[in-house]
Amino acid sequence: MKLPIRILLTAAVASATLVACSSNKPKPQTQSSTDQTQTQTQDRGGKYTVDSLDTDSCLRQRVVYFDFDKSEIKPEFQAQIACHAAYLRQFPGARVTLEGNADERGTREYNLGLGERRGNAVSSAVGAAGASSSQLNVVSYGEERPVCKEHGEPCWGKNRRVEIVYTAKQ
Amino acid sequence: MSIAKIFAPILLLTAGAACAQGGLSSDVPTIDIKNGTASAIPVAVVPFGFEGATLPPDTDVAGVVSGDLNRCGQFKALDRKDIVESPTRGKDIKFPTWNLLKQAYIVVGREIENPGGDVRVEFELFDVAKQQQMLGLAITGQKSGLRDVAHQVADLVYEKITGVRGALWTRIAYITSTGVGGNIQYSLMVADSDGVNPQTVVRSREPLLSPAWSPDSRKLAYVSFERGNSSIYIQEIATGSREVVSSAKGINGAPAFSPDGSKLALTLSYGGNPDIYVMNLAARDQKVQLTKHFAIDTEPTWMPDGQSIVFTSDRSGKPQLYQVSAGGGDATRVTFSGEYNARGTISYDGKHIAMAQGAGNVYRIAVLDRTTGESKAVSVGNLDESPSYAPNGSMILYAATEGSRGVLYAVSADGRVRQRLVLADGDVREPAWSPFRQRGQ
Repeated sequence: MKLPIRILLTAAVASATLVACSSNKPKPQTQSSTDQTQTQTQDRGGKYTVDSLDTDSCLRQRVVYFDFDKSEIKPEFQAQIACHAAYLRQFPGARVTLEGNADERGTREYNLGLGERRGNAVSSAVGAAGASSSQLNVVSYGEERPVCKEHGEPCWGKNRRVEIVYTAKQ
Repeated sequence: MSIAKIFAPILLLTAGAACAQGGLSSDVPTIDIKNGTASAIPVAVVPFGFEGATLPPDTDVAGVVSGDLNRCGQFKALDRKDIVESPTRGKDIKFPTWNLLKQAYIVVGREIENPGGDVRVEFELFDVAKQQQMLGLAITGQKSGLRDVAHQVADLVYEKITGVRGALWTRIAYITSTGVGGNIQYSLMVADSDGVNPQTVVRSREPLLSPAWSPDSRKLAYVSFERGNSSIYIQEIATGSREVVSSAKGINGAPAFSPDGSKLALTLSYGGNPDIYVMNLAARDQKVQLTKHFAIDTEPTWMPDGQSIVFTSDRSGKPQLYQVSAGGGDATRVTFSGEYNARGTISYDGKHIAMAQGAGNVYRIAVLDRTTGESKAVSVGNLDESPSYAPNGSMILYAATEGSRGVLYAVSADGRVRQRLVLADGDVREPAWSPFRQRGQ
């Protein structure tokens, strides 16, 4: 199970890097030269700035959706995971909390477990793509924080998610 | 704020001062009896008399007793409008009248105000056909606590006729959520078992879930997200004092007191995935890990003898119930029919387990008879969950969803009689039925 995911991720990271390179303008050099850490991270060939979190179309994607009672990351979210991993690698001071959620079906405590399993899946994927585990924190809210409350798949699908929340940007 | 007012909530809880609390309509639950049963025993509860120097109490004791008996499903209390005579003592009962009204039993009584201000409620239960007294008892209580007295009268009548201890003088805990978006407020509530007299135990802007009673009914354990991550608190209901008993990394969930109150079973995931642990409440760093499996293991509930624990696990692919010794060891699977079985609640004799059973998109409460191994659905909703047995096993409380709101239902253990308790505006969920109460609580 683990091997195919890693292979996919590697491919996704590579493609995301290419996409990121071609779609991002050179970052403006506004940071103070005395900012050692910042300079170093930039020297490592990073293509993002802190502003990229608000401007980059990939980094602005912060939600990973799941199938019912599943925690496997679907292929369409690999690019999103790869660009967040690349950002976290570039800014070692950045921190994210991965908030796992479930839809309303099933019991609340089981769903707490399911939300955590999804959060862990995203955490492992982002970690495998290069982020440090110290940058990643997982919290499960189970079915307690729905984004909608209708009873049906259109709403349930929106609630089965992991939200990538930056608690520190650099 | 006066001292009297500061202490008011505590007095309300300990004396259970009833809906006399100004008679707010929002405090009065709606109880819809969903379907009657032909075998329900007809009982007339005649309005009680009052003997005293001051005004009669606000509480209609006979009305509360009638409502209680109707709720359990085994009884049909005579409508007030059909009560044509009002005896308050056994010697005044004209049995032919009640025979004609096809009543099997009649309850009469009177409230006698003592000089000190408390009220002595005397009541008598008669078998109408035999014209024989079955009970003649008195319970004394505060004038403001007559609802509690009425529930105790109902329990004694229930026990005398059915042979089973009544569970009407009990309480329920549940979670409400009101408001939307950034203004959601969660509350842990406690009310009488008929939904009257709701009291807020704790409020939070972050989710609250999984309330669990201590065996002495004085404390509640629950999960709160107010620290950002899930944490388990234990709170004394009367004083409001509380403490965090678990806030490890990851999930801290599903607390359940052992039957002797000395331990707490809980779900922790700091080991990498949710497993069941048992915490010694006197020495909390002493935790025994009961399950070690990469699956989700959660929702522990104690067998009544305290020797083993039933829990939910998806180790077979989908959630099912398993049982493990309270000392640890291998778990054995308990449920085999139904694709999704979770959150078990066990009857006092250990013979039945009620659970949330899912099939496709439909989740209902099912009761497993452990003697026969057969299970049957006792609810009819689409998203029913969180079953909780009454301490005498006669009824199961559970949460259902109607439209966009959560409501509570109580269903007789055989599934024949179902009532809805509308307790508050907004969402109501996660009910937990208290243990039996002791006098003085």
